[in-house]
Amino acid sequence: MILFLFILIPVLGAFAAWLSAAWNKKLPRWIALMVLVFELAMATAFWSEAVGDGSWYVTFIRPWMPRFGISFSLAMDGLSLLMLILTFFLGALSVLVSWNEIKERTGFFFFNLLFVLAGITGVFLTMDLFLFYFFWEVMLIPMYFLIGIWGHGNRLYAALKFFIFTQAGGLLMLLAILGLYFVHAQSTGVFTFNYFDLLNTPMAQETGRWLMLGFLIAFIVKLPAFPFHTWLPDAHTEAPTAGSVVLAGLLLKTGAYGILRFVLPLFPEASQYFAPYIMLLGAIGILYGGKLAYAQTDFKRLVAYTSVSHMGFVLVGAFAFNELAYQGVVMQMITHGISTGALFMIAGSLYDRLHTRELEEMGGLWPALPGMGVVTMVFVMASLGLPGLGNFIAEFLILAGSWQAQPWITVAATIGLVVATVYSLRIMQKVFFGVSVREYKLPDLSLREALMFVPLVIVIIWLGVYPQPVINTAKPATPAVAVHFTSK
Amino acid sequence: MNWMYLVPAMPFLGALLLVLFSKKIGKTGVSLIGCGSVGIAALVTIVAGLQFMNSGLQQFSLPLWNWLSVGNFNIGITLHLDALSLAFTFVITFVGFLIHVYSTGYMAEDPDFARFFASMNLFVGAMLMLVLADNLLLLYFGWEGVGLCSYLLIGFWYKDPANGAAARKAFIVTRVGDTAMAIALFLLVQHTGSLQLTDILAKAPTLWTTGDATVVTIAFLLLGGAVGKSAQLPLQTWLPDAMAGPTPVSALIHAATMVTAGVYLIARSHVLFTMAPAAQATVAIVGAVTLILAGCSAFVQTDIKRVLAYSTISQIGYMFLALGVGAWSAAIFHFITHAFFKALLFLGAGAVIVALHHEQDMFKMGGLRKSLPGVFWIFLIGSASLAAIPFVTAGFYSKDQIVWLAGASAQGGAGYWIVAVMGAFITAMYTTRMMLLVFYGKEKTHVHHRPGLNMMVPLYVLAVCSTLAGFMELPHTLGHVTLLSDFLQPVLPAVVTEHASTALEWGSQGVATLLCLAGIYIVWRVLPIPFPREVKTFLKNGWGFDAAYNLLFVQPYVLLARLNRKDVVDRLYVGLAAITRYFHRMMSATQSGILRWYIMGIVMGAVVILSVIIWRQYTV
Repeated sequence: MILFLFILIPVLGAFAAWLSAAWNKKLPRWIALMVLVFELAMATAFWSEAVGDGSWYVTFIRPWMPRFGISFSLAMDGLSLLMLILTFFLGALSVLVSWNEIKERTGFFFFNLLFVLAGITGVFLTMDLFLFYFFWEVMLIPMYFLIGIWGHGNRLYAALKFFIFTQAGGLLMLLAILGLYFVHAQSTGVFTFNYFDLLNTPMAQETGRWLMLGFLIAFIVKLPAFPFHTWLPDAHTEAPTAGSVVLAGLLLKTGAYGILRFVLPLFPEASQYFAPYIMLLGAIGILYGGKLAYAQTDFKRLVAYTSVSHMGFVLVGAFAFNELAYQGVVMQMITHGISTGALFMIAGSLYDRLHTRELEEMGGLWPALPGMGVVTMVFVMASLGLPGLGNFIAEFLILAGSWQAQPWITVAATIGLVVATVYSLRIMQKVFFGVSVREYKLPDLSLREALMFVPLVIVIIWLGVYPQPVINTAKPATPAVAVHFTSK
Repeated sequence: MNWMYLVPAMPFLGALLLVLFSKKIGKTGVSLIGCGSVGIAALVTIVAGLQFMNSGLQQFSLPLWNWLSVGNFNIGITLHLDALSLAFTFVITFVGFLIHVYSTGYMAEDPDFARFFASMNLFVGAMLMLVLADNLLLLYFGWEGVGLCSYLLIGFWYKDPANGAAARKAFIVTRVGDTAMAIALFLLVQHTGSLQLTDILAKAPTLWTTGDATVVTIAFLLLGGAVGKSAQLPLQTWLPDAMAGPTPVSALIHAATMVTAGVYLIARSHVLFTMAPAAQATVAIVGAVTLILAGCSAFVQTDIKRVLAYSTISQIGYMFLALGVGAWSAAIFHFITHAFFKALLFLGAGAVIVALHHEQDMFKMGGLRKSLPGVFWIFLIGSASLAAIPFVTAGFYSKDQIVWLAGASAQGGAGYWIVAVMGAFITAMYTTRMMLLVFYGKEKTHVHHRPGLNMMVPLYVLAVCSTLAGFMELPHTLGHVTLLSDFLQPVLPAVVTEHASTALEWGSQGVATLLCLAGIYIVWRVLPIPFPREVKTFLKNGWGFDAAYNLLFVQPYVLLARLNRKDVVDRLYVGLAAITRYFHRMMSATQSGILRWYIMGIVMGAVVILSVIIWRQYTV
């Protein structure tokens, strides 16, 4: 039941927020904040006493359309739980980010924000492929509105591009889901969309590979991996801050989650067959995204390309098939969500003050904004993988793991650390160091901003020096194939 | 020894307090926390060190908490104390403390006083983690942490974009080395399943035979990390630019401690290098070449700090040479004396620079012997030690040991020995030139500010150390004291000498001494030395390395980035969209609402279809 509540509460909250706007324009943000803080508390409480036999803590199954083998089936393991906590944490922060930024149609804004979060929650919990596709689409539409209505200058183009890319990927996945459904029925006579039943479906080698590609393309478009990444910079740049945070922090993670949850376990043979090529795509993404990030002059666009680079590590790690890399991928999903989310929030806070995202118009802001400078320094260092911060743990585990599978691809990926240094330090130089281009009199961190950034800093350091709780939680959820070649 | 964790914890705590409360505690508070935290760390080090030496233990580990544990791969946050880490810890905390005290005077006027001390404390903490780490991942944490602090402090005066560029260069160039080192860690994880140092060193001989490709690769990759951090060929280019930072930073980070991290790493993993003769020989060659190239560059610099920077590169070259010929403890000995006398020289230079209102050009100095007598004597002591004036200076004993062993050790040879004595000659020359330009001749800039006690006292202490530290290790010919190498014996094996005899050792010392004195004499008599201008510029710019790297790596990357700012892959999708839209327009243009066109279209379509049918009928 608790799983159903995780989804239901944000949906109800979404409607409440929308309706309450008619009454008072400031009410929706309070409702959204309370809903998400409550969900975060619920998920964290669940984590502190999460025990269960085997890897699944709790399941929830109700028949939905039994005739077609569709059920409303939810289940949670360590991976889902970690993703949920991340969702609610970043969700609550994205409400705080939008506190003053969103002035128009606040009710509808928070409706969309909560709805997209409900969709993401559903994606992380569903164990029925039909329902999964349903939630996959539920995430998409509110996000389209978030970008299209509250975005910056070129918002309609960005929203449409985002929609078409993910929708095209989604359709391939739908085909693959239906394909799998019929293949399963053919060999066993049972029509079902249930994840657990579909595992170990006997199928011809070639069929498996085609179906796997259907899923894979949907997920790597979302991730996004080279060469499907081009929707991301536009969407991130034009979205309102909360939209960027949710996109980078959570929506991209659904792609990574999909790979870990569906692609690897459903198609173990095909995954291994394609692994070297996919890892290569990941390494190309790391270097290519990093190089593009270096070239940008728009703060948000720069951060957007760093996501392409960092998500490349997910691909490299997920297809290395060993425990180190798998744990690294899970860590990378979390730490990238936090560090990139934080960088987008910083971009938002700077935009609030300067009304520009152009790096060339910034510079020399350190004396005016020392607090924000320290926070930015922390996340810039996180993004270049400084040990002591969570991202290092993730990248080290991924690379140490993938080394054992593909040494040369790992070397290329490791060079990404140098590339990351180059673009990351550029942020600090362009924004905080140098001489100020204009004379700014700016307020440093407000109380609301401190409330956003301090938890983020604490979490990223905590994950850097004591990541073990996360590793322990993710461990039982490791799919068997992910540790195919377990290290010594 | 259980409260040894205080050694790195105190500076970290100091940094944290300084970041959080910098505005509330005032300059006195900042100085107290900044110096106090390092001072306490130094005291704890001394107490823990004495306890350790009395305990008779060879090593002591202090597990703090479990960092990472995935499958069978376990990494703890564990401190490890043995003779080697104790020697480094002592130098870091003790010299670090003196430099902190000095900085309270040097930085007194700076508005960002608190930020300076916060970064310095953070640096000391990270450096201590580096040398106290019990595993390579924790060492890597300290390794990158000191890189961050180096970046923060080189770019400390951030208003000048040149300082920012120097800071980024330092970070990026060392990161290139770090990447090699990271790959070494992956290899070690793969083959030994562990990163724990004692574990690896114990397992290595059972896993590989000497010269095995894997262990050679690992050693080379570790060397890559070491040359980055220690500014050795081919990654030395960042250090001269790093002088953009405040002078105490140059003394602490870019002379005494951080840049010797590479020496520490190689000494720490000496078992791997012994098993990889090719890599170890490369260490010696890198050191030998670097010490000559950097020495020549030091000779033609005009900026006093750049002289010292190139001198540091050159002296670390000596340490690498020592490591390369298996004279492990000689390298550590030179590290200790170098930390003292180079810190002394940098801080002395800082006193000069402040006295002349931030003038660093030696050709605008001169005659300071009379106006700054205290600094003059200090600087003379430091220079004498750097130039290795016989018998009375620490530098003489440590360098002499390396020169001798470069020739006499089993892995050494005549070639190394010749390079080492040539280096001694060049060192004496550039040191004398620096002394003459700064303290002799006519006074060109007026002294406007004399250093206070808080700057002078650390200088006195370091001057004493630069002299006395040499006596812990005396050669066979001169009393034969081996305090340090005995102390390091449990960690670092003694050097194996071949074709060594007392007569040869006397000879080596004699030649080195003669060359040193000759160097001083030549410069004294014939300054300025006539050089073709092209040669001078070439040497001054560090043998063209910067220009080459710029041309080979920086410019192509920047150009590529600029050309592809708009992402060529996106053009593909934009093109796809444009084609779609084009067809869409063509199709919608046909929907004109004009009946004639529609009828025409139907007729044309019918004609085409009919023709196709007829054509097929005939051809089949």
